[in-house]
Amino acid sequence: MLKLPIYMDNNSTTRTDPRVVEAMLPYFTEHYGNAASRNHPFGWAAEKAVDDARDQIAKLIGATGKEVIFTSGATESTNLALKGVAAMYKKKGNHIVTQVTEHKATLDTAKRLERDGVQVTYLPVDKFGRVSADQVRDALTDKTILVSIMMANNEIGTVLPVADIGKVCKEKGVLFHTDAVQAVGKLPIDVQAMGIDLLSLSGHKMYGPKGIGGLYVRKKDPRVRLEPIIDGGGHERGMRSGTLPVPLIVGLGKAAELCRAEMADEIKRTYALRERLRSRIMDNLPESYLNGHPTERLPGNANISFAYVEGEGLMMGIKDVAVSSGSACTSASLEPSYVLRALGVGDELAHSSIRFGLGRFNTEAEVDFVSDLVVREVTRLREMSPLYEMAQAGIDLKSIQWAGH
Amino acid sequence: MPYSDQILEHYNNPRNVGSFDAKGENVGTGLVGAPECGDVMRLQILVNPTTGVIEDAKFKTFGCGSAIASSSLATEWLKGKTLDQAMDIKNTEIVEELALPPVKVHCSVLAEDAIKAAVKNFQEKQGASQPAEAAVAG
Repeated sequence: MLKLPIYMDNNSTTRTDPRVVEAMLPYFTEHYGNAASRNHPFGWAAEKAVDDARDQIAKLIGATGKEVIFTSGATESTNLALKGVAAMYKKKGNHIVTQVTEHKATLDTAKRLERDGVQVTYLPVDKFGRVSADQVRDALTDKTILVSIMMANNEIGTVLPVADIGKVCKEKGVLFHTDAVQAVGKLPIDVQAMGIDLLSLSGHKMYGPKGIGGLYVRKKDPRVRLEPIIDGGGHERGMRSGTLPVPLIVGLGKAAELCRAEMADEIKRTYALRERLRSRIMDNLPESYLNGHPTERLPGNANISFAYVEGEGLMMGIKDVAVSSGSACTSASLEPSYVLRALGVGDELAHSSIRFGLGRFNTEAEVDFVSDLVVREVTRLREMSPLYEMAQAGIDLKSIQWAGH
Repeated sequence: MPYSDQILEHYNNPRNVGSFDAKGENVGTGLVGAPECGDVMRLQILVNPTTGVIEDAKFKTFGCGSAIASSSLATEWLKGKTLDQAMDIKNTEIVEELALPPVKVHCSVLAEDAIKAAVKNFQEKQGASQPAEAAVAG
């Protein structure tokens, strides 16, 4: 028997794996020392746990433990990467290259830096949400100090050609940061092979706890230096002060270890579930469109627009299923998803989009239930939609003078 | 944000979904909103030309649950009303009846606009046909 509601919003956050919680628990009540306490066993136990977690995370991305810095989450990691580089390398240059479908943590940080005199280039994306290494190369100037391009997009699941971009950055001697929040633990990552100098990751997107994230900061070839944004006791090589939240760090480490051990199987499994969901929905609903890249995408992500049906309206119809929509109605602003707009998806189809995020704990039975429900509800709402009726009657919706409000 | 029971009731069991022939002499059609804004409402009234009373009403809506519920409620309220009474329906009454949250008030505004547009469309049709009748009579 299925348990409702069903969680299919794993690009938003993930359930903490029970094995992660189990690993964390002793660090609340037994090994509760401060990892910075160098003179007693409580501190040593905490420090050891933190170092082990650093190694677990480093192994997942091809780094060394000393290169991992703990933060409150990927938003802080990305703020530190961009602001830290801009401040530390300001004598070298004042130009940053990024792209338009980045997460707001990157875009809003870039905007703030612009107010402080940094020049930012926002590269456009193609219809699948990708930028090319050539686009990056063409945008570089002798003032460029940093390129920040995400590894995979949170809304549409498109995977960007990070290794190619890293190669260009290496050739030109420009630092390369990637927001890899959606990719860490879901796709193989090697910061060496991919030419990555800085990488943001988040615990709660990879079955770890909320409130903990990490920033990989390259130590060699080149040694990356960052101006801190939080000053204090000089923790984390002076780049991020503040007492380390040992239980959360242990959780993130365990989450990384599990992702690494199970990645090959998990990719196959979530991909199979995603394809089952996608085909069962799209084969049964004409005029449904997959947003993002057809193949270069996260294994668990399906972002689908259903013409003539509004996304939030559909979400009410499938209220026992937790998903997201690019509809304006689900956000604080009145604009539909800026990511879908950047792809050239019309506003009407952006309003009609639903993001399904499959993950470790989803089952085939859930996929079957959800796909049947979506097909039924879209069909019902289309019968209720004036746009569907007009389109069926052969009226070109673009020819109508709409009275917008 | 959880939805009110009234919104869910109208969303799950919408009243008067459908269409009248927009060309019909006694039909008034109001089409408001825009696809790129995420809501389009089409509200239609069938008016008794002698009494001026709305005998039937139908809607189709592209939009969120609150937009669907607002238009469904509007069709219920329109039946049996005169055109003047219909023009008096205020969006705030819809907000109150459905317990719409502030972020959804625009759905009720759209429903009020749709009612007014439908009435106006019917009146324009009548206005256009009257001189023709007069000409025949003359």
